[in-house]
Amino acid sequence: MPAWREPMKYVDEFRDPKLIQTAAQEIRRLADPDRHYRIMEVCGGHTHAIYRHGLKNLLPPNIELVHGPGCPVCVLPMGRVDDGLAIAQIPDVIFTAFGDMMRVPGRRGTPLELKAQGADVRMVYSPLDALRIAQQNPDRKVVFFAIGFETTAPSTALTLIRAKALGVRNFSVFCNHVTILPAIRAILDSPDMRLDAFIGPGHVSTVIGCRPYEFIAREYGKPIVISGFEPLDLLQSIVMILRQLREGRAEVENQYARVVPWDGNRPALRAMAEVFELRPYFEWRGLGFISQSALKIRPSYADWDAEVLYEVPGVRVTDPKAAQCGEVLKGVLKPPQCKLFGRECTPEHPIGALMVSSEGACAAYYHYVHRAQAAVE
Amino acid sequence: MKTLEVRFQDAQIELSHGAGGKATRRLVEGLFVPLLANPILQSLQDAATIELNGAHLALTTDAFVVKPLRFPGGSIGELAVNGTVNDLAVSGARPLGLVSAFVLEAGLATEVLEAEVRAMAEAARRAGVAILGGDTKVVEHGRADGMYIATTGIGLVDMRVRLGPERVRPGDRILLSGPIGDHGIAVLLARGELDLEADVSSDTRPLTPLVEALIETAAPAIRWMRDPTRGGLATALNELARECGLGIVLQEEAIPVRDVVRGACEILGLDPLHIANEGQLVAVIAPEAADAALEALRRVPGVERPALIGEVQPEPARTVVAVTSYGGSRVVDMLVGDPLPRIC
Repeated sequence: MPAWREPMKYVDEFRDPKLIQTAAQEIRRLADPDRHYRIMEVCGGHTHAIYRHGLKNLLPPNIELVHGPGCPVCVLPMGRVDDGLAIAQIPDVIFTAFGDMMRVPGRRGTPLELKAQGADVRMVYSPLDALRIAQQNPDRKVVFFAIGFETTAPSTALTLIRAKALGVRNFSVFCNHVTILPAIRAILDSPDMRLDAFIGPGHVSTVIGCRPYEFIAREYGKPIVISGFEPLDLLQSIVMILRQLREGRAEVENQYARVVPWDGNRPALRAMAEVFELRPYFEWRGLGFISQSALKIRPSYADWDAEVLYEVPGVRVTDPKAAQCGEVLKGVLKPPQCKLFGRECTPEHPIGALMVSSEGACAAYYHYVHRAQAAVE
Repeated sequence: MKTLEVRFQDAQIELSHGAGGKATRRLVEGLFVPLLANPILQSLQDAATIELNGAHLALTTDAFVVKPLRFPGGSIGELAVNGTVNDLAVSGARPLGLVSAFVLEAGLATEVLEAEVRAMAEAARRAGVAILGGDTKVVEHGRADGMYIATTGIGLVDMRVRLGPERVRPGDRILLSGPIGDHGIAVLLARGELDLEADVSSDTRPLTPLVEALIETAAPAIRWMRDPTRGGLATALNELARECGLGIVLQEEAIPVRDVVRGACEILGLDPLHIANEGQLVAVIAPEAADAALEALRRVPGVERPALIGEVQPEPARTVVAVTSYGGSRVVDMLVGDPLPRIC
């Protein structure tokens, strides 16, 4: 078999020590030693990868990576968790959610704790699994707790389209989908932000493409490079950012072109447009209310909209006072600078959602960098 | 003996308390140990060691609640024998006998029970141990997912070995018997909930031949042994790091993981270091005997890809760190929560 037809192993090439060392050298060559760089990785998947692979050790100290808001469970306000749990407690309801959601605390506990008390809460890997549960349990009502950015919204949309086509009446979605662009704009408008550039989200961009980020370059004059998730991807993206800064350019560039098409995924965008419309405003944990930043189910799908079908309390719940999730989410504070980090707030007993999801900056930092002995002693 | 203060404060038991990771540790150390306090229990080893007329007896018990009952490479009956045999083996003990308790669900097909008892008989034969007694209880239909099995084993400790975290020294090497994560991933995929298919089988087997080979080759140099079951290799090594007060530095690339297990973990967002094994052992060996111990494992039939995966260092104290070949490093924590409940 000729070399070019060797089957790609899907990660090994991007963890090749020689290539990684070369990229790290290039970063050191390009970085101006007299300058401090603040680069935000928007996506929680990147935050996780950076810690998981210990990439900070490979960067010069004047390149600071700031963790962004791109972790779906982290930005979900506590009140929405409580709303979900209220639905889960309705008799006959089978409440389904992704694994990351299971340990996110509302005011009176987590979905997992509710399950331990007897509520029928089930973990699914896809909303289609939740739909299947509904088909298998026609005498029960199955609700899917939908969270996530444009990465997961298309699969929720397709599931709703299928539910409608099949006439599955005992299935509904509690929709908490959000969109990433208004959050990036809110961060750029925030006065305490001094960012030089962005590492753009890889998975979201497979759906929305690269074009929607152009305002970051045009209006704010900041470079953004859409990046993959392997060590080499991230280092190469930083190289591309440093080149832009050095040459005085501010552009949208696509490092993750092997996966991300410039114009996005049209069928996915069509499915989203069929099912969702923008909410006028939505609360983000740590960032507050952001207008037109979340998706709601269109009236044509109201029969599958849990917010229409069930009474949800809809109460706004403020975060515990001492927790500084908001500052960490915006990148103003590093995780260990929060007063609760590693003491009251640990992955086992999370107070803020940033400590729950593996994509949350606090959990990533806790697992891979910090060692809080207190948690087990 | 006087009981100590209960420190376990969780209001209720969650699945994570049975996952073998941090929550299990908190439950055991915060509730069982203080209320049942005695020096042997407090050492928290895989098997309790009792001295009797100069002989050292190892005593251990294990309950099995795996779902589904059968999976590629094994079944609950086989696990129930191997799990207890292995806890004895890594305590340096030759198993003398097992007893077994069954909790059966009304409505369980007799052929299912018979298949598991046959599996136990075969596993016991393979491990060179007999099942000497037992107990049977039946609960209402729908209460036990078919069956639960508990086994208790007694073994005679080989006087040539002295194991314990206090014997571990900086410079000692970490020896792993083969690829990690097979069991956990095989059971997870066998549940069929993920629409993932992969050719992976549980690694369940008795570790006695591996331990015997190590003892014959390197008895005085073996400092510590463990079978990294629930919570995986990461949890076993974190417990060691905490108990010996030293740091454990792993070379990530040296840790054998099958491509199929690595792929499944990448897709599911799991770390192979946290996935359960039922037929691997990890040992700390004095540096001068490490290569000989590795060679000894290689010669045991059925052992594939054993490797020296790291070493004990003074720093970072009480911590496990993984170093990548390109110079990155990260802390490897214990398992937190329970990504894969009911795995054994």
